[in-house]
Amino acid sequence: MAQKKNIVELEDVVVKFVGDSGDGMQLTGTLFSDAAAIAGNDLATFPDFPAEIRAPQNTIAGVSGFQVHLGQRKILTSGDMCDVLVAMNPASLRANLKWAKPGATLVVDSATFDDKGIEKAGYQTNPLEDGSLDGYNLIKAPISLLTQESLRQLEIDKRSAERTKNMFVLGILYFLFNRDLEVTLEFIEKKFKSKPLIKEANKAALKAGFNYGETIEAIKSTFRVGPAKMEKGLYRNITGNIATAWGLLAAAENSGRPLFLGSYPITPATEILMELSKHKSLGAKVFQAEDEIAGICSAIGASFAGSLAITTTSGPGFSLKSEAIGLAVITELPLVIVNVQRAGPSTGMPTKSEQSDLMQALFGRNGECPAIVMAASSPANCFYYAYEAAKLSLEHMTPVILLTDGYIGFGSELFKIPDTKNLPPITPPIATPNDPDFKPYRRDEKTLVRQWAHPGMEGLRHRIGGLEKTNIDGNVSTDPLNHQLMVNIRAEKVNRVADYIPLQELMGEDSGDLLVVGWGGTEGALVSAVNKMQEEGKKVSLAHFNHIMPLPKNTAEIFSHFKKIMVCELNMGQFVSYLRMTIPDYRYHQFNKVQGLPFHVQELTDAFNNLLEEK
Amino acid sequence: MLENKRIQTSPVELTKEDFVSDQMVKWCPGCGAHAILAAVENVFPRIGYRKENFTFISGIGCSSRFPYYVNTYGFHGIHGRANPIASGVKIANPDLSVWIATGDGDSMAIGGNHLIHIVRRNIDVNILLFNNQIYGLTKGQYSPTTPMGSVTKTSPQGTIEHPFITAGLIMGAQGTFFARATDNNVKLMSEVMYEAAKHDGTSVVEILQNCVIFADKAHGAITDREHREERQLFLKHGEPMIFGKNKDKGIVIRGTGLAVVKLGEDGITEKDLLVHDQYSKDPAIHRMLGRMMPPDFPVALGVIRSAPYATYDDLVEEQIEYAKANSKIQSVNDLLRSGDTWEI
Repeated sequence: MAQKKNIVELEDVVVKFVGDSGDGMQLTGTLFSDAAAIAGNDLATFPDFPAEIRAPQNTIAGVSGFQVHLGQRKILTSGDMCDVLVAMNPASLRANLKWAKPGATLVVDSATFDDKGIEKAGYQTNPLEDGSLDGYNLIKAPISLLTQESLRQLEIDKRSAERTKNMFVLGILYFLFNRDLEVTLEFIEKKFKSKPLIKEANKAALKAGFNYGETIEAIKSTFRVGPAKMEKGLYRNITGNIATAWGLLAAAENSGRPLFLGSYPITPATEILMELSKHKSLGAKVFQAEDEIAGICSAIGASFAGSLAITTTSGPGFSLKSEAIGLAVITELPLVIVNVQRAGPSTGMPTKSEQSDLMQALFGRNGECPAIVMAASSPANCFYYAYEAAKLSLEHMTPVILLTDGYIGFGSELFKIPDTKNLPPITPPIATPNDPDFKPYRRDEKTLVRQWAHPGMEGLRHRIGGLEKTNIDGNVSTDPLNHQLMVNIRAEKVNRVADYIPLQELMGEDSGDLLVVGWGGTEGALVSAVNKMQEEGKKVSLAHFNHIMPLPKNTAEIFSHFKKIMVCELNMGQFVSYLRMTIPDYRYHQFNKVQGLPFHVQELTDAFNNLLEEK
Repeated sequence: MLENKRIQTSPVELTKEDFVSDQMVKWCPGCGAHAILAAVENVFPRIGYRKENFTFISGIGCSSRFPYYVNTYGFHGIHGRANPIASGVKIANPDLSVWIATGDGDSMAIGGNHLIHIVRRNIDVNILLFNNQIYGLTKGQYSPTTPMGSVTKTSPQGTIEHPFITAGLIMGAQGTFFARATDNNVKLMSEVMYEAAKHDGTSVVEILQNCVIFADKAHGAITDREHREERQLFLKHGEPMIFGKNKDKGIVIRGTGLAVVKLGEDGITEKDLLVHDQYSKDPAIHRMLGRMMPPDFPVALGVIRSAPYATYDDLVEEQIEYAKANSKIQSVNDLLRSGDTWEI
């Protein structure tokens, strides 16, 4: 019998869906997030999946997860610990219980907790019965069985029926969160248009799950997360990798330079390659090369030929591209290199995030080889930083390395859709045909930028390459003083980019007891932690960097007003070493973690409090 | 003058002088590369494209200094990477006539992977592969084409590596065009370069080049005055394969392979000889021709294979045109607003 349930209003909530790799948890999480977004919540999501496509069934190695943090306030991260954990089998429960808050609601498919499943997960006894989950709000539902039963009217094979159990559990969640089914029903309608039986099965399972939630006693109360106060506008949900691809497309359109991507598949950067390959209608030329080196070299060729040239990769591929980045530096050609960082060294942990390629981006090449280095810091702002990376590269005739990471690349958040006409214009220094004064290395006095002449342009035939060249004329030269001059110019050219990037912003007062410093994909966690400190009345501010080489011009000035500085990074101290080298006047404390996981707000505030207490 | 669907022809008649660079040519005196440069300067005006549309890309090695010595747009890359750089140039701008100067080390050792893939994709570029069977610029180490047993700076007891046969490698990679010439025959080089330009797709021109310093006379068995007429077979499409000082030898198919026969002996006449079909899609005979070597066979020179296949760059343009004509997404603003969006 349906009973009246209490409704609990929540400011924000973290829900994690976990199951076997084949259980459809990514889709379930995405659908749940979309429904929340359409209901007006702010949100951030993060998928957590193994590198293996289908690890042995029902083992810990095969657990795949999707976490969403939604709220009626601004949501900055996908959340540390979850309030609701949906576990589709024993292995996923065992692997994820440590991420559930004490007292969290657990929705568990109890039908999978048979002797075999329990044993495969490595449990000694059945956790649903041995009392080990007493501290949680446990909702045991034999989801697999109920799904089969709810589809009995349909003539569907057992396996296909089984596969709709993710819709059943989604139905329970919709009931639990007082959500409308409509959006998801529409999605199912579209997705399975050509498979009527599968379509009906999914719809039936979703509704059955919802109704089941209504009837069971284990659900005593349901949750409501009201709409967030957000700036008016048109929104969508976007992952960092898609945002990166779109930012680059916007830059191509606004600069009038056709987009060329030369790339090779590598986790977690492949989505950018796949996404750009879809957009031939926008003129994007995407070349899936035979290896990482061919990826970047083809991009360099395309840049010579006048394209907005891009290569995308992750750590190991970035290593392979080092020599070619040097070629783009010495030929002074525009090139955007996107490195979606992952845990290293070597193959490391491909699906886990880290910020440990910063030193490689800054210095990992032979010779004196400066390039612009910048970092995006949230899924949605990948759009703007990809755009800016392309703009700086094209306007300053230099490679730009844009660092993102697996966490923001795979993670998603709401994105207020801009009008591309309102983005800053991009004006590359293209040479004038038949200019009698054209020389390949003649430079603009203010920016030191050379002109870009492409093969095919009349009256500008010239040659460039990896050998040192004389300034202005561009003839091959081993003259000692010319080499010194060119090394100085290439460095100074990149330094002068500081005049064309925004000043560093500060969150909080411009002086105080502690300045927290971060960069790149950790912004959400650092903002949350610093917010918390500020709410507690502590004099803590945050400087979160997106521009690293060159640094914003006011960096040292900002540092000078704080008693202590703590640099927080998901590596062993790469940005802090760079700061010690470039702005050695301050004492930098550091907080580092390399576990393939994002920062948790709690560990950050603990570290800040400890440092504040230190004499 | 060549007609090409994309590449503009020159509005004025060009001469060799249009392509002579103002740079000092720094190859060793007697190096075969000088003759290759002469052949290029000779054939470019004949090809007749607008001079700004010629682009030379190279990697590293003696061969790869080439772009500095010819007055075209030029890009001197890094070791082994001429082929992917050139791929990017051609895909980005299919209106260019893209030429690659590379060597046996650059394209078959460090850049071997790129060579087979550019050939497989059939990107419309022309590869001049200077095969001198040695690393020249690093002063005399063996290369992937150095004959087995050769003593070099890194093989004092003789190499123990089986060399590549360039033709076999290219045809194994599904090459659509392969030609071979010797560096002492400027006329033949110009001819096959012209044919390479004419072919739609990746054209590989292997030039048997002499390195006077580190592997002098490496190709002597083929190019020496006393042998060459007996050991060079000039292929011409549609013509029977005849060679020899007295034009009295020919090639026939015997069993599963090729054989050399003497005209007039055992009743053999011209009609019995193999007739060259460079346009055949079936590579079987092209492969056998490419592998012929003295002392049992003459070396095949000229265009061995020129088979018509779609080019990568044409297909890219086709897909883009189709997408532009058929997609709802015509601007980034359209893209940003596609799929699930909602108003707040």
